[in-house]
Amino acid sequence: MNPFTYHRATAVDDAVRDKAGHSNAAYIGGGTNLIDLMKENVERPTHLVSVGKLPLAAIENLPDGGLRLGATATNADTAWNDEVKSRYPLLNQAILAGASPQLRNMATNGGNLLQRTRCYYFYDLATPCNKREPGSGCSAIGGYNRIHAILGTSEACIATHPSDMCVALAALAPTVRVSGPGGERSIAFEEFHRLPGDQPEKDNTLEPGELIVSLDLPAKSFEKNFSYLKLRDRSSYAFALISVAAALELEGNTITDARLALGGVAHKPWRDQEAENMLKGQPATAETFARVAAKVLENAQGQGSNNFKIELARRAIVRALRQAAEGSQTASDVFLNSNP
Amino acid sequence: MSTTNHIGKPTSRVDGPAKVTGAARYSAEYNVPGLTYGWVVSSPIAKGKITRVHADEVLALPGVLQVFSHENVPSLAWFDRSYKDDVAPGGSPFRPLHDNEVKFSQQPVALVVAESLEVARYAASLLRLEYEEDKHETDLETKRDEGFEPGRGKTGWMPPPPPRGNPDKAWEEAPHRMEAEYVHGAQHHNPMELFATTAEYHADGKITAYDKTQGVYNVQQYLTKIFGLKKDDCRVVNEYMGGGFGAGLRPQYQVFLAVLAALELKRSVRVTLTRQQMFSFGHRPHTLQYLKLGTNADGTLAALQHHALHETSQFEDYTENVVNWSGMLYQCDNVKLGYQLAKLDVYTPLDMRAPGAATGSIGLEIAMDEMAYAAGLDPLEFRLRNYAEQDQNLKKPFSSKKLRDCYHQGAARFGWEKRTQAPRSMRDDAGKLIGWGIGGGVWDATQQKSAAKASITADGHLTVSSAAGENGTGTYTIMTQIAAETLGLPIEAVTFKLGDTDLPEAPVQGGSWTAASVGTAVKNTCEALGEKLLKLAQKMEGSPLKGAKLEDVEFVNGQIRLRTDASQAVVLRDVLQASGETKVEADSSAMPDMLKQQPYSMHSHNVVFAEVKVDEELGTVHVTRVVNAVAAGHILNLKTARSQVLGSMVWGISAALMEETVMDHKFGRYMNHNYAEYHVPVNADIHDLDVLFVEEEDDIVNPLGVKGIGEVGLLGVAAAIANAVYHATGKRVRDLPIMIDKLL
Repeated sequence: MNPFTYHRATAVDDAVRDKAGHSNAAYIGGGTNLIDLMKENVERPTHLVSVGKLPLAAIENLPDGGLRLGATATNADTAWNDEVKSRYPLLNQAILAGASPQLRNMATNGGNLLQRTRCYYFYDLATPCNKREPGSGCSAIGGYNRIHAILGTSEACIATHPSDMCVALAALAPTVRVSGPGGERSIAFEEFHRLPGDQPEKDNTLEPGELIVSLDLPAKSFEKNFSYLKLRDRSSYAFALISVAAALELEGNTITDARLALGGVAHKPWRDQEAENMLKGQPATAETFARVAAKVLENAQGQGSNNFKIELARRAIVRALRQAAEGSQTASDVFLNSNP
Repeated sequence: MSTTNHIGKPTSRVDGPAKVTGAARYSAEYNVPGLTYGWVVSSPIAKGKITRVHADEVLALPGVLQVFSHENVPSLAWFDRSYKDDVAPGGSPFRPLHDNEVKFSQQPVALVVAESLEVARYAASLLRLEYEEDKHETDLETKRDEGFEPGRGKTGWMPPPPPRGNPDKAWEEAPHRMEAEYVHGAQHHNPMELFATTAEYHADGKITAYDKTQGVYNVQQYLTKIFGLKKDDCRVVNEYMGGGFGAGLRPQYQVFLAVLAALELKRSVRVTLTRQQMFSFGHRPHTLQYLKLGTNADGTLAALQHHALHETSQFEDYTENVVNWSGMLYQCDNVKLGYQLAKLDVYTPLDMRAPGAATGSIGLEIAMDEMAYAAGLDPLEFRLRNYAEQDQNLKKPFSSKKLRDCYHQGAARFGWEKRTQAPRSMRDDAGKLIGWGIGGGVWDATQQKSAAKASITADGHLTVSSAAGENGTGTYTIMTQIAAETLGLPIEAVTFKLGDTDLPEAPVQGGSWTAASVGTAVKNTCEALGEKLLKLAQKMEGSPLKGAKLEDVEFVNGQIRLRTDASQAVVLRDVLQASGETKVEADSSAMPDMLKQQPYSMHSHNVVFAEVKVDEELGTVHVTRVVNAVAAGHILNLKTARSQVLGSMVWGISAALMEETVMDHKFGRYMNHNYAEYHVPVNADIHDLDVLFVEEEDDIVNPLGVKGIGEVGLLGVAAAIANAVYHATGKRVRDLPIMIDKLL
C-alpha cells in the first residue's frame, strides 16, 4: 500500500473539486473494495476523497412514483428499507445475496456499481492483466477461468462484474445520476457499465472526476413476480458463478412485461432486452422459458474451465423465470435462497 | 463423593476467557520495545534465477532499515542437516535467501525491514528484482509415468507393506470387480491466524522468538543449528495459536527471516505473512489414486489393490501414509499397495490434518461404495462382512477396536435402516434428491516421549508445565483436568503452562498424540509430586497416613486420604502449611511402554453417515446431516473432543464440496490464493452435525487409555458425502471437490 493523502468531503461540489485538484486521486465510499485493491497494489491512488459522509444517504420517493437510492446509503440500509422491501423486493433479495452482513454494512450503493472484477489475474501482480496494465495481455484466456465471462468478452478481457445488486438494478433499469466537473447528468443503468472491447481498463462510462449521487428507480417494480437466483460454490460470501434476476408481469398465465438480467456471465450486468421482448405475450410455461434461455445464450462462448456456465446459465434462467411466474419469492431480512 | 473427578467431563476451555477478552497473546501480538517490521517479498516466477536486486532504490526511503536478500545474507550453517527439523522429510530443506535460485512460485526472495509496518510494506511493493526464468513443471498429470518410490521418508512414514496373497489373480477371478481412479487437488491449511514471528532481541544478544508453531523445541533446534546460537540464548514461545492443522509442524520461513534480521540489525523484528503467502509453504499434495477391488459371491473381499501417486518438491521427498490403511481397515487376503512420488517445481507438501489417511480414505471408501453396488450389497452390510478382526499389515491383534459398535450405533442414530439402496430412490417433500452415504477410517494411536514439571505453592495452587502446543484443540483444558484429578484439586486451583522452551520438552503437536503423550507425562509428574506430598503429610503430627504407601492413598477433594477409610484424611493445604515449604516441586516424563505395546496394533477408528440433498437441475449439493461415530479410547473431555470432531466434519464437507487450491500451470502459481476464492464452508453450509463417541477401554495404548481425536474425525467424511451424492443422483464423481460443474 502506497502513501496517500486524505480528504473527507462535506459536499458534492467539494468532493468533485478536491478530486479534480489532485492527480491520481480516487473517491472512497465504504472502502470495501478499494482498500483491498490498494493492499494488493492493484490500485495506487495518492489521494483519497472520502465521500462516505456526504449527505447522499437518503432513500426517498420520487414524484414520478419511483424511488431514489442515495449513493452513500449502505447496501444494508437499502436492502432493509421499507420501501425497497415492499416495492422492490427483487433488489432486496439481490443485495442480501451478496457479500456478508459486515461488508453490506459498510458498502455504499454508489460503490457497489464501481466494484472491480474478482478475476484472479487482475488481483495478482505476478501475472499479466489488460485491465490492470493495458497491453500486458490477458492471463485468464487459456488460463484458469472457471469464474469468467461467457458473453460479451473480447480478446483483451474475459472478466466479469462481480455485483449481485447490479444484476437486480439491470432488471429494474434505474437512471444513475452523477455529478462531475462538467455538471450533473443522468446515465441509463444499461449504459453505465461497458463491455471490455479493447479497453478493458475502463469498467464504466463515467467521465473523469464524476461522482455517483443517486440511483433513481422507476415506478415499475415487479413486486409480485420476481426471482433472484444466485448459484455459487458456497452458501454465502462467494461471488456468483451465475445469477439471474427475473421479473414478470402477468395477466392470467400470459406474460405482459418482463425483465431478465444475468450476473457472473459478462463484463457488465447482462440484461437481454430481446429476450424480454420474446417473453411478452407468451404463456409462462417451461417451453417459453427454455426458448428464451436458449436465445440469451446463443452467442455464449466458453473459455475452457467455465464451459459449464453456459448450461448452468440456461438452467438458471429457466428456474428463475419459473420462480418469478410462481411468485414464490418474497423480500426478507435474511437470504434463504441457498438453504436446502 | 468426589468433586475432583474431572477426566471425561465436558469442562469448558480454561483458556476461553483469555481468548474472548483478548488477554491471550498470539505471536504477532507481543509488542516488545523498539520493534521493527519485516515484509516478505515473494517470487512471481516458479523457477529461475534472480539476476539483480535493486535494493538501493528502496534503502533510500526514510524508515527503511535493510533489505535482506541472497546478496547480503551472512554466512550461515552449511550442511543440510542444520536445516532439518524434526518433521523434515528426506532431502535438502529449503533455505530462505540462500542463493539466487528460485525453486517455486511465491518463494521468499527478500525481506524489507523498516521502522513501521506501513513503510516496510510500501518499500517491499517498490523493490524491483530481475529474474531469468527457467521452464517449470507443476502439473502432476505430466508426471504420471515418472513416479518413484521414496527411499527416505520423514519420521512416522512407513513404506507400504509387501503384497500378500495373489492380488492380481484374485482380482481377475473375482465375480464382482471394480476399478477406478480418484483425484483431489492441492489443499492449503489456511488457519485463520497468519504465520508470524516476533523476534525479540535482548541487550545481551539473546533472542526470544514468539513464533507461530506447533513445536517450540523443533523451532529452537532449527534456529540454534542455523544461526549458531546456544539453546540458552534462543528461547521460543508460542502460548496460543489461531489454528495450525499441521502448517506449524515445520519451522516456516518467517521465523528464519525474523531471527536473521534481528541478529543482523540487533533490533527486535516482527515478520507477519500475508494471506497470499500462506499458500507458499506446504500443502496437502495433489494426489492420484487407483483402486481395484474384487468381491466373492458371499460379499467378502477377494482382492484389494490401492496405488497412490502424489506431488513433492524438487528438493525434498515429502511422504505420508496414503495406502497402508487399506491393508488393515478391511479383512482381505490378497492385497497390493503401491505408493509413489513425482517431483514438481512446487514447495514441499506438508502434513495437513490426518495426512495420508484423509487422502487414502477418500479413495478406499468411495471404492468400497462402488464395490458394494457392484456386488449388490448395502454399503454398511458390505463393510460389516469385511470387518478386520486383526491388523493384517502387522499380523497383530488390535489393542482395542470398537469399530463394529461405531457401525451399529452410528447407523441407529442416523436411521440407516430406512435407506433404499437404489440410486435416485429417495426424495424430500420439495422433490429434491436425497442421498445417504457411508465412509470411515483408521488412524494411529501413538505416544511420544514427553516431560513435565509440577509445582504446588503453600496456598494449594498447582502449576504444571510442559512445552506442548495448543492449536486451539483443548490442550490447556485437558492437561488441567488430568493434573487436577491426579492431585484431587478443583480446576480453578490448577494452572497449566505450555509452548515455551523454558519448560520441559514435549513433542510437536501433531499426529493426535498430545493427549496421550503430554497427558501421561502430566499424570506421572503429578503422581511424583503426590508422593512428595504424602511424605510431608506423614511428617505431620498425628498424621492418619503414617505408614501408608502411595498406592494406599487417594487424592480427592483437596485431601489425601486412605483408600480403605476416607475418614482418615489430611487437607492438602494443611500439609503444605505444616511443612513450612513455600512450594513443593516434581519433574517427570513419560515414554510409551514398548514391551506392553509391541504385540499390538494400536488405532482409532470412525464411521461417518452423511445425508445430502441435491437440486439436480442446478447441480447444487447441501450436506443436511452427518453422524460421525468415533472409537478413540477414553475421551478426556467430551466438550473439547466433540469440538475437535465437529471441526473435522466441517473440513470433510469442505474437502468434498469446495476446497481446492488451483494452479495455473502457465505460471506454476496458485491462483485462488486468498480467502475470497479459496472456499471453505460458511455457517450456512453447515447443518446437523452429530458426534457419537463409542466406549472403548484400552489399557495398552497408555495409562490414560486415550487415543487422540484430532484427526480421526476427518476420515471418511468426504467419501461419505461423495457416496451420498452418488446415492442421490446416480452420478459417481471421482475427482473432489464436487462443485456445481461436476453434477450438471
